[in-house]
Amino acid sequence: MKVGLFIPCYVDQFYPQVAIATLQLLEKHGCEVHYPLHQTCCGQPMANAGFASFSAGCDKNFTNNFSGFDYIVSPSGSCVLHIKEHLHNNGKPEQATHVRHHIYELTEFLTDILKIENITASFPHRVGLHISCHGQRMLHLSSMSEKVEPSFSKAEQLLNGVKGLQLLKPKRVDECCGFGGTFCVTEEAVSVQMGKDRVTEHKANNVEYITGGDMSCLMHLEGILKRQKSAVKIVHIAEILNAQ
Amino acid sequence: MNRVVEHSEEAAAFLKDEKRAAWHDETLWFVRAKRDKAAHKVADWEELRETASQIKDHTLSNLDEYLIQFEKKAKENGIIVHWASDGNEHNQIVYDILTKNNVKHVVKSKSMLTEECQLNHFLHYKGMAVVDTDLGEYIVQLRHEQPSHIVLPAIHLKKEDVSKTFHEHLHTEKDNIDPTYLTRAARKVLREKFITADAAITGVNFAIAETGGFVICTNEGNADLGAHANKIHIACMGIEKIIPKAEHLGVFLRLLARSATGQPITTYSSHFHRPKEGQQMHIVLVDNGRTRQLGREEFRNSLKCIRCAACFNTCPVYRRSGGHSYHNSVAGPIGAILAPNLDMKANADLPFASTLCGSCTNVCPVKINIHEQLWSWRQILMKEGYGGFAKKSAMKTMAAVLSNSGLYRLSGKMGRRFMGWFPALINNKLNPWSKQRDMPAPPKQSFNEWYKNNRKNG
Repeated sequence: MKVGLFIPCYVDQFYPQVAIATLQLLEKHGCEVHYPLHQTCCGQPMANAGFASFSAGCDKNFTNNFSGFDYIVSPSGSCVLHIKEHLHNNGKPEQATHVRHHIYELTEFLTDILKIENITASFPHRVGLHISCHGQRMLHLSSMSEKVEPSFSKAEQLLNGVKGLQLLKPKRVDECCGFGGTFCVTEEAVSVQMGKDRVTEHKANNVEYITGGDMSCLMHLEGILKRQKSAVKIVHIAEILNAQ
Repeated sequence: MNRVVEHSEEAAAFLKDEKRAAWHDETLWFVRAKRDKAAHKVADWEELRETASQIKDHTLSNLDEYLIQFEKKAKENGIIVHWASDGNEHNQIVYDILTKNNVKHVVKSKSMLTEECQLNHFLHYKGMAVVDTDLGEYIVQLRHEQPSHIVLPAIHLKKEDVSKTFHEHLHTEKDNIDPTYLTRAARKVLREKFITADAAITGVNFAIAETGGFVICTNEGNADLGAHANKIHIACMGIEKIIPKAEHLGVFLRLLARSATGQPITTYSSHFHRPKEGQQMHIVLVDNGRTRQLGREEFRNSLKCIRCAACFNTCPVYRRSGGHSYHNSVAGPIGAILAPNLDMKANADLPFASTLCGSCTNVCPVKINIHEQLWSWRQILMKEGYGGFAKKSAMKTMAAVLSNSGLYRLSGKMGRRFMGWFPALINNKLNPWSKQRDMPAPPKQSFNEWYKNNRKNG
């Protein structure tokens, strides 16, 4: 199974340890992982700001880098969603379609494609789960509190197998953290208030770590925690699942 | 409506009073939680939403025919039907009916359409006294404010504010904040208004094409008091309020109150079919941009909205910014996709007042894809140039860097070094990210660099 590893731009620049954990985790589970060196960004920052028309360059670069793999896997629900919904390449429409149909967020790839039932990882800590909206509501990585539907969660399914991990959920289980791409600066006041409220609920559970599937949400929460000089740390789910 | 201040600025001002803002958030979250509880008690809730959505889709596809059918039946029932192409025409029609009948005093129950058309303002300048009889609307009217929420118009106010307003206008005891006391004081005044008025204006929740009748939902019974106590009843509705058959009410009435407040049904769901003897009953059917929205393929299904406000209550941005920050008669996520249709320039900021979390779409009882429409409006507004030159050039540069692997790596490297050398500059409070958040600590090398150093099979 030939897997193309897509590392979102801000993870590449700020959180290389998350990318390393993702790579090692996939290899540990038998994937032949390739990391195309010329990859950049999915184009979402422009598109969500209203400039999807400017993302043709990103689309082209993405298609060129990733159309040759059986699967494309990324440790970010949000970036995966953007590719699934908006990747177009007029010059190579078939390759673009292949990419759109074969890109997976990391946890769904582990549960649905690799069908991992018992994860061998250890993380003996109190961990709060932050559910990121794009992964949840658009990629359906877990059930949603608004809907009348059976309860499930791909992240929890995996985390429940981690030795020593105590999973704790905030009071409002799936409220948005307020990151929202450029929203985090254009609507700074609301964005920060939303983040503070998430942090407060996790702190009420006495967590040591807050985890999730999207580093962007976690970067926003980390920024608030650090400013508050809090001892609570953030950790991407890939790092936990790869922890021994 | 001319926008003076952007949503983000109003929201920041709203959040300055942290305690009050937290109370606003908690109060509306409580309503959202009640909605969840009510929805989960209906086993076929998702099927009910789908049914409602399909009925509305069908109706919008055949709106012309259903409107004509409705007009015909309503006329047969003895109702006088008027058509208004925009807000001004609507206001003029209402005014003409009132002056023709020498009306001086009007009672009005809740109608977001009349807010949209700014009817109160219009009639006030013509010298006519209109009293809003919904308790929340009455409170905001006394304060010369707009409703901040379409179901809970005074949700931005606390009982202390209401006490102060009533003391000022109704001469209630100073600092008496007992809700029962205050409600009774309002009731006493409003009863008098119902009796002494000459005409009643109401909104419409559902108009039924096959019967020519219409349904008004309230919890206070104020629409009924107005309509039954007066010789003239004027019901104002947007043309999208039509449903084909009376049996469809069984779908919509089950969804409306559960989605709005978590009640199984509104206290009053009143059915009007014909004027009583000696009464005039008018219906004003208003377009005001609705046919234009119907012609926009991506946005047409926003006209399915039944004004339950579930999207307001669930929206983490609305709860933390308050209704007035949306500078539009309908606030919240649904307001943010309806408003640009009315005035793109004035409302260009609203589709950006969202993180695109999608919770609005999930609670919508008629399955409007609100978050997708917010995204689509962003594309249109920026294409039309409402983002400004600076934003456009910044985005162009960003796109150029992010699509070019060489440029991207170079700027990433420089950025990380810069951050490493001058952390104080990066965490400068003038940078909106850093005002209340720290930047992530820059790592020594990017993943790309690590990979090149540690792996060779790339």
